[in-house]
Amino acid sequence: MNITKDTVKYVANLARLELAEEELEKFSLQLNDILRYIEQLKEVDISKIPPTAHVLPIKNVTRKDKLRPSLKAEEVLKNSPQKQGKFFKVPKVIE
Amino acid sequence: MEFETVIGLEVHVHLKTETKAFCGCSTEFGNEPNTQTCPVCLGFPGSLPVLNEKALEYSVKVALALNCKAQEFIKFDRKNYFYPDLPKNYQISQYDMPIGLDGFIEIDLENAKKKIRIKRVHLEEDAGKLIHKEDSDYSLVDYNRCGIPLLEIVSEPDINSPLEAFEYLKNLKLIIQYLGVSDCDMEEGSLRCDANISLRPKGEEALGTKTELKNMNSFKGVRLALDYEIKRQQGLLGKGHKITQETRLWDEDKQLTSSMRSKEEAHDYRYFPDPDLVPFTFSKEFIERLKKEIPELPKDREERYTGNFNLSPKEAEVIIQDKDLCVFFEKCVGLGIEPKKIYNWISGPLLAYINETGKQVKEIKLEPQELVELIKNVDDGKLSNLAAKGVFSVMLYEGTTAGEAIKKSGLTQISDEKELEEIVKKVIKENPNSVNDFLSGKENAIMFLVGQAMKLSKGKANPKVVKDIILRRLKNVS
Amino acid sequence: MLNTKTAHELIDLLNKGQITQNEILSDLKSQIKKTEPKIKAYAHAPNNSEPVNKDSFLKGIPIAIKDNICTKEALTTCSSHILDGFIPPYDATVIERLKEKGAVIFGKTNMDEFAFGSSCETSFYGPTRNPWDLKRVPGGSSGGSAAAVAADEAIWALGSDTGGSIRQPAALCGIVGLKPTYGRVSRYGLIAFASSLDQIGPITKDVYDAALLLNIIAGHDERDSTSVDIKADDYLSCLKKDVKGLKIALPKEYFIKGLDKDVEAAIKEAKNKLEKLGATFKEVSLPHTKYAVAVYYILATAEASSNLARFDGVQYGLRCTGAKDANPMITMYKQTRGKGFGSEAKRRIILGTYVLSSGYYDAYYLRALKVRSLIKKDFDDVFKEFDCVLTPTSPTAAFKIGERLDDPLSMYLSDIYTISANLAGIPAISLPCGLTKDKLPIGLQILSGPFKEENLFRAAYAFEQNTDWHKIKPDIKV
Repeated sequence: MNITKDTVKYVANLARLELAEEELEKFSLQLNDILRYIEQLKEVDISKIPPTAHVLPIKNVTRKDKLRPSLKAEEVLKNSPQKQGKFFKVPKVIE
Repeated sequence: MEFETVIGLEVHVHLKTETKAFCGCSTEFGNEPNTQTCPVCLGFPGSLPVLNEKALEYSVKVALALNCKAQEFIKFDRKNYFYPDLPKNYQISQYDMPIGLDGFIEIDLENAKKKIRIKRVHLEEDAGKLIHKEDSDYSLVDYNRCGIPLLEIVSEPDINSPLEAFEYLKNLKLIIQYLGVSDCDMEEGSLRCDANISLRPKGEEALGTKTELKNMNSFKGVRLALDYEIKRQQGLLGKGHKITQETRLWDEDKQLTSSMRSKEEAHDYRYFPDPDLVPFTFSKEFIERLKKEIPELPKDREERYTGNFNLSPKEAEVIIQDKDLCVFFEKCVGLGIEPKKIYNWISGPLLAYINETGKQVKEIKLEPQELVELIKNVDDGKLSNLAAKGVFSVMLYEGTTAGEAIKKSGLTQISDEKELEEIVKKVIKENPNSVNDFLSGKENAIMFLVGQAMKLSKGKANPKVVKDIILRRLKNVS
Repeated sequence: MLNTKTAHELIDLLNKGQITQNEILSDLKSQIKKTEPKIKAYAHAPNNSEPVNKDSFLKGIPIAIKDNICTKEALTTCSSHILDGFIPPYDATVIERLKEKGAVIFGKTNMDEFAFGSSCETSFYGPTRNPWDLKRVPGGSSGGSAAAVAADEAIWALGSDTGGSIRQPAALCGIVGLKPTYGRVSRYGLIAFASSLDQIGPITKDVYDAALLLNIIAGHDERDSTSVDIKADDYLSCLKKDVKGLKIALPKEYFIKGLDKDVEAAIKEAKNKLEKLGATFKEVSLPHTKYAVAVYYILATAEASSNLARFDGVQYGLRCTGAKDANPMITMYKQTRGKGFGSEAKRRIILGTYVLSSGYYDAYYLRALKVRSLIKKDFDDVFKEFDCVLTPTSPTAAFKIGERLDDPLSMYLSDIYTISANLAGIPAISLPCGLTKDKLPIGLQILSGPFKEENLFRAAYAFEQNTDWHKIKPDIKV
């Protein structure tokens, strides 16, 4: 597996991360190192092994359909970089 | 060249739970922005989702009602993409182990029934709402809707015409409404529908290039958008052009679809199991309990109405369109009136009233026994059909009982013998020919005399009492 | 100097009325004044004026909290630029429980940004230094919590552990750190790094305090779906037991090349000590150990890439906008995240996004989940026969600041002995068991089966009470 600068660019766009040219350069080198290390997993026979997404056998956790108090709008918006009335305000979203 | 249309529909419905899918905030529609939010539905750092038990049960019920294979193991996954209406920048959804797989809905066509297969039913969280102001350089975000449980129902591309799409949607909506798990109101956004549509030369197996249609705001809109899109694609293909795979928006005002034109990125949603939610397995008991809770569905009800109640399929369909109407109808039947008679009152005056006022059946103050009372009055000859219609109108608009409405209409019958004696005297005096006819053996003449008495009393006389008095008097004469 | 005491010693003194909470605070503050400018253990300095409930269990004993645990109305920034100024509107469950018991929140401790690191060097606020040697790292990511406790700038602290982030800094700073069983302590309010691995746990001066603190924070929480509904033991009662008959396994895969000679010698000595105290030892194999780091860096970065997507400048924290361009919203995302995240965070987000991206899921993520099953099974097998597993916590003592910063892989490998416990979900404790020739602390790690914290407390307490390592304090060069 070889991560090129283009791959890093593609992934950075998916992750909405702006990277400087030297970061692209550095990351593609370092990620190649890391992926080479990860390659060792290929030697494990996993053909009959189920995946473990949850380490403990907990299942069927739900809550009752019961109202709980919401936050006050002031609390919701307290941390907002920009707001207008009770709305969060963001740069124009182009659909 | 003749083309065949291939349509697949993706329907989203809001589940009618009290609280959101993963937190305790209210799902109520139409409140002030960002007042129905908490750290969980806002995706605040550190917050964690816990699934609403009702949302899960409702979803499984829909899957069962749509004939899906019961799933033993389901899980939730994260669908990752950035959008400002999505506070975590991922949506909790279901990828490869959804609540329902491989179901179907049966629709009625002109002279046949057709099965439309359901590919999958899955539960996810709704996003917030963006408001774009024209000519401004910003957008506003309201997260009240964020986290409302949303059920996605995806059909196989088994639909071959806009009419079939319409029928499919009608049936699907009805089933969900019967289950009582959603209002399915397209205007309030509790039901949304997107369509994938492609054409292929008749007889061909391979699917053509599809377009995805969005922004339809009613079932009629879906039909019109599909009609338009078929013509558009036919035009292009006829000229030997290719169809571009794209998303097109239906414009209700201009009655056409247009390309979204934005540079759509190839989607790479990076689905993976949501580590914050544990998997779910369904026991036989759980499924059995939910099955028991599923009420009679529209198709079964239709069969019962045509079978037991002797309604024609068309007549049955009129009633089953509305679950509450069915309840009303059946209560009336239970009070011993012939179903057809009740049907006539419902399909005529009652539906006219509903159309006129735009009211929901459950908002109408009309007790079944009152309609039954009215019908009995007609049956007993106490009210003419025409008079009864007037009475019914009073009952509906003023919310009164049949008795009160009859009084109010001034249609109370005169049964007081003294008053009636006077009327009968007058009738006998003024109609000597008919009296003679009767006395000479023409029994029918009595009916004419009763009619005259009714006329004189402006319809208020009790015809039975009038007849008795006339008979008594004429016997005395003879 | 009350700041040098443990919490349980202070509770005794407060109960006897010999000291006041104010005296504790004032001793802590004078120590902070003296040593904090060099150590920089705090991201957000202690600044408390909370009223103290004198009748409560803890009577206002202060506790330092890692900067990724939400505290209502107090800065919580994960030591990241992107969470600039973020003040959560709610307390994490562990904070609620501590406050209920009468603790006061005493500052937020420095950490590797978003817990990404093993050295506490990636904090936006600059590195924390090891009280034993100011040129060296305190370990990470809970380096601030560990350094504060070791330097007597805090009585005790909470940390979080995703791959060793409590135990490794505890080892490098010569104190006690415990990662509970996954699901034992609620994660609600812990800003997630890798949701399937994260656990909050105590960082304390001795084993008794670790048990005391776990007693307070452990237990089911209905706001966390992954919190287990198993009643928590009274961990203090486990401390009275001896180690006679305790069966301890020594995994041969942990005593290999790369293990520092002094560390190895100290662990061997610890083994001998426990043997003398009545425990029995046997060498075992955990054959999939060597894959743990690879599995970890796939799973942890994948989950992190999704967990950190919410930091986008919309609702809170840093927002950077650029010049007007075609899509200002996307520009805002990219600039905010590009400027807001440090190098290591970006590197992990890129790696995590990559392993989940289209076409690579099976090769990386799914494969890692399967190997995780094997690593877990290794432990399951061992715990069928043994009560505990004994290993070094870290292959080396504290390393120099800057030494591994530019070599991510060598940094990742410093967690080689701690990662497996997170992958298997089992509890593990680190406690001091010696000093290197350079007078740097060495940590002993004891692991036990899921929800068997009692075994690990039993072994750890017996060892501690029969040695003096926990009593040795660093000579801070100020």
